[in-house]
Amino acid sequence: MAKIHAISDLEELREKIVDDRKQFEKTIILCGGTGCKASRAQAVIDAIENELAEQGMEKRVLMRTTGCHGFCEQGSLMVIEPGNIFYCHVLPEDIHEIITKTIREGEVVERLLYTDPVSGKVIQTEAEIPFYKAQDRYLLAQNRQIDPCSIEDYIAIGGYSSIGKTLSDISQKSVIREIENSGLRGRGGGGFPTGRKWAECREAPGDEKYVICNADEGDPGAYMDRCLLEGNPHLVLEGMMIGAWAIGAQQGYVYVRNEYPLAVKHIRVAVQQARELGLLGNNILGSSFSFDVSIARGGGAFVCGESTALMASLEGKVGEPRPKDVHTVLEGLWNKPTTLNNVETWANVPSIIQNGASWFGFKGVKGSKGTKILALTGHVKNTGLVEVEMGTPIKTVVFDIGGGAANGKPIKAVQTGGPSGGCLPADKFYLPVDFDSLAEAGSMVGSGGMVVMDESTCMVDVAKYFLKFLQDESCGKCVPCRLGIDRMLEIVTKISEGRGVSEEISLLEELGATVTQTALCGLGKTAANPVLSTLTYFRDEYEKHINEKKCPAGVCHELITYMIDSEKCTYCGLCKKACPHDAITGEKKDIHAIVLDQCRKCGICRSECKFDAIQVN
Amino acid sequence: MPQTTLVSILEGHRSQPHQLIEVLQDVQDQYGYISEDSMRAISSELGAPLMEVYKVASFYKAFSLKPRGKNVITICTGTACHVRGANLVLNQAVGQLGIEPGEVSDDGLFTIEHVNCLGACALGPVVTENGSFHHHMNPGKLRKVIKTINSSGTEEISHG
Repeated sequence: MAKIHAISDLEELREKIVDDRKQFEKTIILCGGTGCKASRAQAVIDAIENELAEQGMEKRVLMRTTGCHGFCEQGSLMVIEPGNIFYCHVLPEDIHEIITKTIREGEVVERLLYTDPVSGKVIQTEAEIPFYKAQDRYLLAQNRQIDPCSIEDYIAIGGYSSIGKTLSDISQKSVIREIENSGLRGRGGGGFPTGRKWAECREAPGDEKYVICNADEGDPGAYMDRCLLEGNPHLVLEGMMIGAWAIGAQQGYVYVRNEYPLAVKHIRVAVQQARELGLLGNNILGSSFSFDVSIARGGGAFVCGESTALMASLEGKVGEPRPKDVHTVLEGLWNKPTTLNNVETWANVPSIIQNGASWFGFKGVKGSKGTKILALTGHVKNTGLVEVEMGTPIKTVVFDIGGGAANGKPIKAVQTGGPSGGCLPADKFYLPVDFDSLAEAGSMVGSGGMVVMDESTCMVDVAKYFLKFLQDESCGKCVPCRLGIDRMLEIVTKISEGRGVSEEISLLEELGATVTQTALCGLGKTAANPVLSTLTYFRDEYEKHINEKKCPAGVCHELITYMIDSEKCTYCGLCKKACPHDAITGEKKDIHAIVLDQCRKCGICRSECKFDAIQVN
Repeated sequence: MPQTTLVSILEGHRSQPHQLIEVLQDVQDQYGYISEDSMRAISSELGAPLMEVYKVASFYKAFSLKPRGKNVITICTGTACHVRGANLVLNQAVGQLGIEPGEVSDDGLFTIEHVNCLGACALGPVVTENGSFHHHMNPGKLRKVIKTINSSGTEEISHG
């Protein structure tokens, strides 16, 4: 493709692409995100290509491999348009039938349709599926309209028209005012008003400024940034371009986790394509604006999600945060004024410019505008990525979208905000998902992780899990975080092993408060949240561990023993075969028993037994 | 495909100490670990003190300073995988292979690693075997994965 030198060139190209696509009668949309790729989506893609060629239909049927559709649990996912027919768990061996029946004859292949686990109803179209229906998908909806490796696809749906509009019509100050008025707040965890950040950076003295996209999504249990970068990289780039122009930056960086190889690949392809078209480089769209983007792969350190640590890492150094007495908007990367925003924040920018601040502000509640993508995981029927209007109650997400408890056990908590967030009990599920409400309740929206936990989860174990995570990930620079987490973990471990004493609960609270007040960076300041929130809402569980030496959920190793219920046991030998520690005796068709001295309480036998014969006491 | 050598990895990065992490990433991808020799070469070519190279290489989780096994089993222990029993899967790997995370099995065939999140949370517990994903894992499924690798590994040895 020839380089684009003016906005009129871009519009011409858009018309041409749209025109060229009119030859296709049908479109097969296949999710090629990491989740579906894990469910053999690549083999399905190959099979479709072969089958279309074999049946001589490649000129009539467009196959589009897209980024994540969000309903990862049901992969591989396929949607056929027109008709919005939704097939799930598609395998390569299903392709011949799909092409022959649905594409050629317009018939539906019943066995590939989705069955709603709540109502038991078989559903034909994507739009009718409760998981999607109860959402408000704006950002995620674009994923299925484009092949992330095709800049033409992005242009066809109106891509790069926002930067075009910005460069031709809107002054830098007006762009910032629009973002400020929209009420957009950072989606990475901090929730800082984006417009204010931009305004401060624009005002900062100096000619050399930078924009950074933080794609170092380290929160376990959150993967919306991966999905956006994998599925719609040009959207993120366009957001960065608008931001760069507004603050006066000529260089941008995308700092992306190396654990996300597909996201790294797609953003690299996108940058290359944008350069080839002249959308990155000098005098973009014939204007005075010049801008380029470099990709940096993260080194796998959670702390690099913190802005100053990320910038140190970009400079090739150890990722340690620094005090923020001078903000990064004044002295950031290479000590130059820098605007750092998260992937989802950047992705929201083009549509705010296109549709206006009031369009964005129309959705959401006071203080939290727009939509938010949540990663709904854990013990619910429907897991995946969910986009809802800010202010949607937790219960809508867990029950209407998630379909409620997965294993028949009652849901007792939801963990939001990752290691900086907290656990909220089921009686708080009326709370709206917005920055302020969740923070008031002792948790946070954070980057949008939402891990649902049922009765089989021990909250002391959850606190221990996060403390271990944080101990492992603390960079060690400041004492409160390094030693505070260590001591909290020591106490929680003692409690989980039945060696705790009740005075230690108040010590935990005191330690937590100290770490919160004195740690250097945002991650340290929030490190005590998982402990403090479980102490607030699940104190009885701590007390049972301390006073009765019992783990009610049957999780904490030192407080449980495994036994074989001889009435339920069918002597099949499966547990004996499965035990990696040779702790089960008894031949096939003979009484089985667990040798307690040898048993490491790993729980593998229990997970393998088909007759529920392994009991925890 | 010819092996990318350290020299070609360093191409285009010379005298740019801020490229240290990028270079280390490529060396890790190519060789599976960062050797002392690589660190010395990187230090002199990039113009970064050896101490700085070691500091960075040992700080980030992406880098291994010891060789890894031929097959790397990575178990995701992120929150979503944790609540669905990632520990059982990790216990299975440790029990079956007799090594702790980060170690190499005696036959050089395996390394177990755990990672804080692979970003496929809806499909947990997730395990990758040399980069390819296995979802909804349980001890039994992992046992089979390891068994399959073991038998193909033995075959290679007997044919080789």
